[in-house]
Amino acid sequence: MPDGAQPILDVRDLKTVFLTRGGEVHAVNDVSFDLRPGELLGVVGESGSGKSVTMMSLIGLLPMPPAEIRSGRAIFDGLDLLQADDDTLRAIRGARIGFVFQDPMTSLNPVFTVGFQLMEPLRKHMGMSKAQARARAAELLDLVGIPDAAARLKDYPHQFSGGMRQRVMIAIALACDPQVLIADEPTTALDVTIQAQIIELVKDLRRKLGMAIVWITHDLGVIAGIADRVMVMYGGQVVEQAPVRELFSDPQHPYTRALLQTVPSLRGKRAERLRVIEGQPPVLGAPPAACPFRPRCGHALERCGRENPRRLAVRPGHEVACFWDPASGGERHA
Amino acid sequence: MLNYTIRRLFMAVPTLIFISIVIFLLLELAPGDPMAQVPLTVPAEVKQKMREALGLGEPAPIRYWKWLTQIFWVEPLHLFDSLFGTNFSDGYQRAISWQTRSPIFDIIAQRIPQTLWVVGVAYVVAIVIAIPVGVYSAYRQYSLFDNVGTFVTMIGFSVPPFFSGVLVIVIFSVWLGWFPSIYDTTLRVTDWDSFLAQLRQMVMPVMVLALQITSQISRFMRASMLDNLNLDYVRTARAKGVSEPTVILVHVLRNSMIPVATVIALGIPSIFGGAIITEQVFKVNGIGQLLIGSIEANDLPMVQTLTFIFAVLIVLFNLIADIIYGILDPRIRYE
Ligand SMILES: Nc1ncnc2c1ncn2[C@@H]1O[C@H](COP(=O)(O)OP(=O)(O)O)[C@@H](O)[C@H]1O
Ligand SMILES: [Mg+2]
Repeated sequence: MPDGAQPILDVRDLKTVFLTRGGEVHAVNDVSFDLRPGELLGVVGESGSGKSVTMMSLIGLLPMPPAEIRSGRAIFDGLDLLQADDDTLRAIRGARIGFVFQDPMTSLNPVFTVGFQLMEPLRKHMGMSKAQARARAAELLDLVGIPDAAARLKDYPHQFSGGMRQRVMIAIALACDPQVLIADEPTTALDVTIQAQIIELVKDLRRKLGMAIVWITHDLGVIAGIADRVMVMYGGQVVEQAPVRELFSDPQHPYTRALLQTVPSLRGKRAERLRVIEGQPPVLGAPPAACPFRPRCGHALERCGRENPRRLAVRPGHEVACFWDPASGGERHA
Repeated sequence: MLNYTIRRLFMAVPTLIFISIVIFLLLELAPGDPMAQVPLTVPAEVKQKMREALGLGEPAPIRYWKWLTQIFWVEPLHLFDSLFGTNFSDGYQRAISWQTRSPIFDIIAQRIPQTLWVVGVAYVVAIVIAIPVGVYSAYRQYSLFDNVGTFVTMIGFSVPPFFSGVLVIVIFSVWLGWFPSIYDTTLRVTDWDSFLAQLRQMVMPVMVLALQITSQISRFMRASMLDNLNLDYVRTARAKGVSEPTVILVHVLRNSMIPVATVIALGIPSIFGGAIITEQVFKVNGIGQLLIGSIEANDLPMVQTLTFIFAVLIVLFNLIADIIYGILDPRIRYE
């Protein structure tokens, strides 16, 4: 990763709210992060912590209403995505920013051939003729490791296994050679062995194509081996962000520390039962006035109930939003 | 797919035979005497002779067999003869209506155009209106358009044609005098004037039938679109940067049409039945009126044949619906 390079995606203070019948849901609160070219950023957090909504906000994939982007900016290659109109976003989606979603069984359209679905972005964004698009589609299927690629273009999604469908989804996302690939829990719905294959595939493709990747997961173990940096989300906020080694060796936030204890392969001690974090992630009806993790936190201080901690750099590139200091066991002093 | 179709066709044969037996026996056992209308002054021996002339003396299985061969052998032969000028059907007795003493299929052939004109046009009009309305209502769920649509289709659903029919007659014929209240079957379309007259007399029955059918199909279309709009593949299509019209009219519509096409196909035979009331209200002498008239006159062969034709249509369109399903849904096609 070229350190210090200009970020390809720079998100500042993103706030996304859902206007529901039961009132507002503050799904994303002041999220900021950046992504450098060629980098793999892991985004971790329990289900409901706002990972998907953050990414979908950037690129106009949220239904509005009920969603509303309250504030923030997201500079992608010099352009603020949050200010861009629909046509501009549409021209970026699938061309310069590719998406892979969680469930490969439902993410493909069941009534169209895989070839049609793969050729669609090629024809739309690259202006290819049918024949050109077909040739490129076959190349792409081959690239993601689908045997007999040219013949399989005529097949329908139900004729592929789950893992193969996710490969097709990856091929679609990469069709137009995007600068950024956003993979939203791409392996969560797959068996462990298939999951490992998909991770290997993405590693391999990244080496070949060099795009930046945002890899969303709720399982730290999945991205331990592939991420450059990790961003931990809780209650719609970024609670910690660090280079991957540092996050594993020196986790600062109690939530990160708890998450690490739920990863069996990293702790290794078989006798020790997998720890689960007690309690439920919050659904925020208002912008958080206190630390959202406080009710589940074992180290909560008096101050945590009065104030929502801001992010603070403990070291260059390692930020945490927490008043508690693991080194001293007391309040952190900046 | 072809295999499947052929298998289904063969499976339809026993079904139809069973239905034909049930129809024959039910009507056979129903009370009623074709001689009931003959004046009492006619002596009993003469009545008996008339009965025999109608073939009533023979036992039921033999009459069933005769009826079946007439429908499936004699009538197709006759049709072939009249198309190609051959004489295969010479010497065979065609199925005869008791009431009019003329061949049943000749009468049906006279009545079908009226029904097809009114019912067929209504069905086509309904489909052409219902599909875009359903699509747009779903796309803009809870909008003014959707709410008005919901209100109108609720009325279309719940108001029976014998009421809406009379209502439009009162409004458009009696008060406004725009359209004739009685359908003139003798009208022949020869020039622009007669064509316009034909259109004018069709407007009201078509309107009444189309309102009902549009309501049903547009509700189905809307529900089916709504089922699909929130599915993951729609998000995938948007994530690919596909334009919104393509997302809705290609990706979502193609999936949503699968159940709707089935409903449309299954509905076609039932419109013949459903048109009975409308034909009655507007005095269209189509198939529906023929059936009612034959029931009143105890014209057993006519009623049996018409009922059986309805049954054949239902079985046939079930098959067609299955085939359409297979064509639209690759998951079925490749079983
Ligand atoms: N369409 C919606 N309407 C209302 N709330 C929503 C909607 N989509 C997501 N949310 C809320 O946003 C929060 C974050 O969701 P999400 O980003 O999907 O979580 P994650 O991807 O981290 O599992 C959740 O609390 C969820 O309830
Ligand atoms: Mg998610």
